[in-house]
Amino acid sequence: MAAVLLERIGLALVTMVIIAVVVFFALDLMPGDACSVTLGRGASDSMLAACHARLGLDQPPLWRFITWAGDFLRGDLGISMQRERPIAEIVGWRLRNTLILAGVTSVIGIPLALGLGVLAGLNPEGPLDMAISGVAIFAMTVPEFISGTLMILVFSVILGWAAGVVTIGYKAPAFELVKASILPAATLIFILAAHILRMVRASVVEVMQSDFVQMARLKGASRRRVIWHHVVPNALLPAISIIGLTMAWLLGGVVIVESVFNFPGLGRLAVDAVADQDLPLVQAIALLFGLIYVLTNLGADLVALILNPRLRTRRQ
Amino acid sequence: MRGARPLAVPQVLHDVLAQRSGRIGFVIVCLHLSVAVAAPMIAPQDPAHQDAAAMLQSPSLAHWFGTDRLGRDVFSRTLLGGREAMLIATLATVIAMAWGSALGILAALIGGRTDAIVMRFVDAMMSIPWILMVMLFVAALGSSSVALVPVLGFSYGLSVVYLARAATLDFVTRDFVVAAQIRGHSRWSIAATELLPNVQDSLAVQGAMQWSWILLAVSSLSFLGMGVAPPTPDWGQMIADARGIMQRAPWALIWPMLALSSLVIGMNLAVDAWARATGVERNRRVPGA
Amino acid sequence: MTLSAHKLEVANLQVGGADFLVVDNVSFTIGQGESFGIAGESGSGKSTLLLSLMGMMRPGLKAIGGSVRLNGSSILGQSDAALVFVRGGKIALIPQNPATAFNPSLRIGAQIAEALLLHSALHQQARAKRVFDLLEMVLLPEPAVTAGRFPHELSGGQLQRAAIAMALAGEPEVLLLDEPTTGLDVTTQAALLDLLVDLRHRAKVSMVCVSHDLGVLARLCDRIAVMYAGAVIEEGPLVSVLARPGHPYTQALLSSIPRLASAGLPSPIEGSPPSLFDLPSGCCFAPRCALVQDACHDQRPDLKLADKDHKIACLRTLIATAPVVDHSDTIFTKAAPIIAVQSLSVGFAKQGFFVRKAPKSVVDAVSFTLAKGEVLGLVGESGSGKSTILRAIAGLAVPTTGQITLMSQNSAENLAARGTDRRLSQLRSIQLIFQNPDASLNPRHRIIDLIAQPLLLYGRVPRSQIRAMAANLLAEVRLGEATLDLMPAQLSGGERQRVAIARAFAAKPDVLLCDEITTSLDVSVQAAVLALIRDLARKHDVAAIFVSHDLAVVRSIADRIAVLHNGRVVEINDAQELCARPVDPYTKSLIGFVLEIPA
Repeated sequence: MAAVLLERIGLALVTMVIIAVVVFFALDLMPGDACSVTLGRGASDSMLAACHARLGLDQPPLWRFITWAGDFLRGDLGISMQRERPIAEIVGWRLRNTLILAGVTSVIGIPLALGLGVLAGLNPEGPLDMAISGVAIFAMTVPEFISGTLMILVFSVILGWAAGVVTIGYKAPAFELVKASILPAATLIFILAAHILRMVRASVVEVMQSDFVQMARLKGASRRRVIWHHVVPNALLPAISIIGLTMAWLLGGVVIVESVFNFPGLGRLAVDAVADQDLPLVQAIALLFGLIYVLTNLGADLVALILNPRLRTRRQ
Repeated sequence: MRGARPLAVPQVLHDVLAQRSGRIGFVIVCLHLSVAVAAPMIAPQDPAHQDAAAMLQSPSLAHWFGTDRLGRDVFSRTLLGGREAMLIATLATVIAMAWGSALGILAALIGGRTDAIVMRFVDAMMSIPWILMVMLFVAALGSSSVALVPVLGFSYGLSVVYLARAATLDFVTRDFVVAAQIRGHSRWSIAATELLPNVQDSLAVQGAMQWSWILLAVSSLSFLGMGVAPPTPDWGQMIADARGIMQRAPWALIWPMLALSSLVIGMNLAVDAWARATGVERNRRVPGA
Repeated sequence: MTLSAHKLEVANLQVGGADFLVVDNVSFTIGQGESFGIAGESGSGKSTLLLSLMGMMRPGLKAIGGSVRLNGSSILGQSDAALVFVRGGKIALIPQNPATAFNPSLRIGAQIAEALLLHSALHQQARAKRVFDLLEMVLLPEPAVTAGRFPHELSGGQLQRAAIAMALAGEPEVLLLDEPTTGLDVTTQAALLDLLVDLRHRAKVSMVCVSHDLGVLARLCDRIAVMYAGAVIEEGPLVSVLARPGHPYTQALLSSIPRLASAGLPSPIEGSPPSLFDLPSGCCFAPRCALVQDACHDQRPDLKLADKDHKIACLRTLIATAPVVDHSDTIFTKAAPIIAVQSLSVGFAKQGFFVRKAPKSVVDAVSFTLAKGEVLGLVGESGSGKSTILRAIAGLAVPTTGQITLMSQNSAENLAARGTDRRLSQLRSIQLIFQNPDASLNPRHRIIDLIAQPLLLYGRVPRSQIRAMAANLLAEVRLGEATLDLMPAQLSGGERQRVAIARAFAAKPDVLLCDEITTSLDVSVQAAVLALIRDLARKHDVAAIFVSHDLAVVRSIADRIAVLHNGRVVEINDAQELCARPVDPYTKSLIGFVLEIPA
């Protein structure tokens, strides 16, 4: 068990290092660097040289990577080109806001998805399953920016239940942000839940057809007992790692949904940074997203490991 | 018997059309493709022509789908709005499938350390959400349709590596591959004769899916202002443009949304039917892609 | 006899789907303490019949007619909720595959305790105690430890015992056994059967046992029924049916089983069972029957009493004596050696991403030589290393020590460890036939392409001659030329294995390696494949190593037999001699455990 845990954690660390390497050198290999992009075509050689010296771009690439990664670990994310301020300062609040949005989405979306998935899977091809799966397939097919825009059209413009576009600043108190994240979170839940519930449904259908469920019925267990003791625990186990993987989608979706709703989070900041061609800021955000993904996946992996006896105990 | 057996196109098409959802999807996709090809001939007006006198007009005989906030004809723009995205998606899909399946099949065939290292890299890259990966490159290269093709081709190839490797691994340990190995066939001959015929169906289905995902990616990027640049009309861009006026001119928003959604849903229906017809288990959107 | 004298009463039971029957008009009764066996090959409907006795139908099937009564009250037509007290309480199932029948995320003890919770009034502590008692009763070591284990931590034999304990927990009056010993080693199988026989005598439970293995039924049952295409075609007391089988199918089935007592090949049943969707209108066995008459095709015969308690569904209704297996077999004379294996050891290293674990020895210093045209049988239980030896000879498993020498074309060549390092002519000399033809034939190639592969690779045969040569090879394995253009999925399992054999012979090998090649086949088909390998080896002077877990199968084909135990050869001898006068204690126990059908 301990060996497996250590192996997983080791692999996560290796992955993080690779992400850092990719994020750093992907830009390093591109034509143009932070200085030439920011200063534009008209920059003189002396201006470029001064800028290079200020950012340390005159150092060899490997050395720059080590300082960049080292600074990152100490919480120094570098300096934004456009905003002329430390990136950590710009990113900090928005990271909080994005985590609030992701938190609201997960807390409501995951239990909802698990419940609907089990309901759909218990009576496959039944009317309830047809309805749930139909909506889910629509949610998975249509892009995030269309679902988000439809949400605004329906709940804000037509029904007038919630404000369509977030207007509060990025330093607003947490509860204000929770309120502001209703529609963006609803959009994310709509899609996230669709992905998870389809997996859970497939898993429930498979477990329902397994020998051990038939055996439980032949043992004389009631339908309720069969479902709660035999089907649900075994069907939800694989869902845990799926939830981890779906986080990657959630993080990507956050970028678009935040832009649709003007939500002051990390995703919209990334879009702005790209528009401004602020390379150091884009790099920092990409790395942050990568790390968050690796950590959530590691978490899901470990939970799955702890709950699954087949992974936990060694085969004899 | 050497090499891949040609895909049995008439048979597969027959099996797709035998399913109701397959028929609907096939018709929708064909309709979209023919509109995309014929659009420059049939569009009644110049999509970029701005008419200050005709801003935000509701649908009329002159403007079937109304006009947008700059007085441009929404009908013409909707007809033409998928062309650029489809072209980018097609080229990027070819790149993604080519390098992704080559690397995936090779990794599975070689196995051992090489496989482990390749997959660790692919894993790590897939941990960065695709949109940030693309944005990283767009920030460096600037946004242009020409730059999007290799960037999307690279990003979306990552999940192809995964799928091609998994599809190959499914067969590498089968006895018929082992049998070919101990008969003394070379690695390349085994890849071509024993593996390719077995994975080509799932790769083809995968390619069709990739196309619709990349199309969505291009539209999403256009929506964010990083994809297809004006004056070329594009559905994502049109939707972003019409959001602020959705109360006053909903037609400017509804038509591009319908166009994009119907194409993607039609593609999904058709590919689902295709996957069923060939017995390929098809992944829905790959996590991380 | 009154109704109450019967525990279980099945009358005219029909189970099927929209336009087909899986169980067709089956009737039988079982009294208290009686044990009833149902024999049949795969697809004969016996497992469906067993499940319907508990009111359970597989998806897509339903009871179409007839009745099942337990202690006089009807089982069929009851809802799941109404059957909750019957299932597990009055009638319990011991499943075919315990590895999938246990919930993977619950401990063994908890799953047995669940049966107690549902069917006894015991409180929690008493339940725990009773679980230990039950595990002890089925002779599982350290009940307290076993109860705390998860299913994947137990071996197949242990799981089967735990499944018996779980079935017994509700103190059922009727036990249903679905292939209770399939997939188990012969020693484990024998111990389990002893346990079941003992239980039956002590607890006076009634049993219905379904199996394709007549040896198992012979050990457990008083009466047996033989099923074919969903219907019972013969039923009677065990001794009567086995000693004087009346139905031609039963006779053929009995003579297709390899036996220790007789050398020579068992005889196959030609053809294959009919499809359930397209049953003949007359007797279902008529198309394969050697004694068929015109009238057989017109009407389906009913079960009729032919002898005391012995019923047969055949127009002829003759109780004949079983045909005698042909003993004539030329005695094999030793020729020049073709391959020598010297002190071969194989170990496997487990490889993690970071750590490399120490290798564990699977084959331990094995040596033998094989003469031209000789058939050597390698017999042993699973894990004895018999398949690994074959894989090492084929170049698939890398030996830790030892040498394999090939003596073809007047020269002795030491073979490289890895197949990929060997020369093409060496690879050609050694051909491996796999256990499962479904996996060893590429499903995307036509049969002609599959057979052409070795022809093109080794023989450089011009393409114009391929078809004729492939047709010749197919004729040798008794398949028609029309087969050439089919895909593997269009053939039956036995036909696919014949194609695999033809492909191996296409290489003109010197040594043929056969890895459990009849395991995935039905017993009647197995006999045909055995005959084929033996004939072709003789005809082409090809040596063969035939690996099997079944001593009787090996006995029927091999000239010499090597017995493997824990990676070592414990005894190697002339086949007849080895079976008649075993020396090693392990060989003796292996022979003792072979289930023989009383003559």
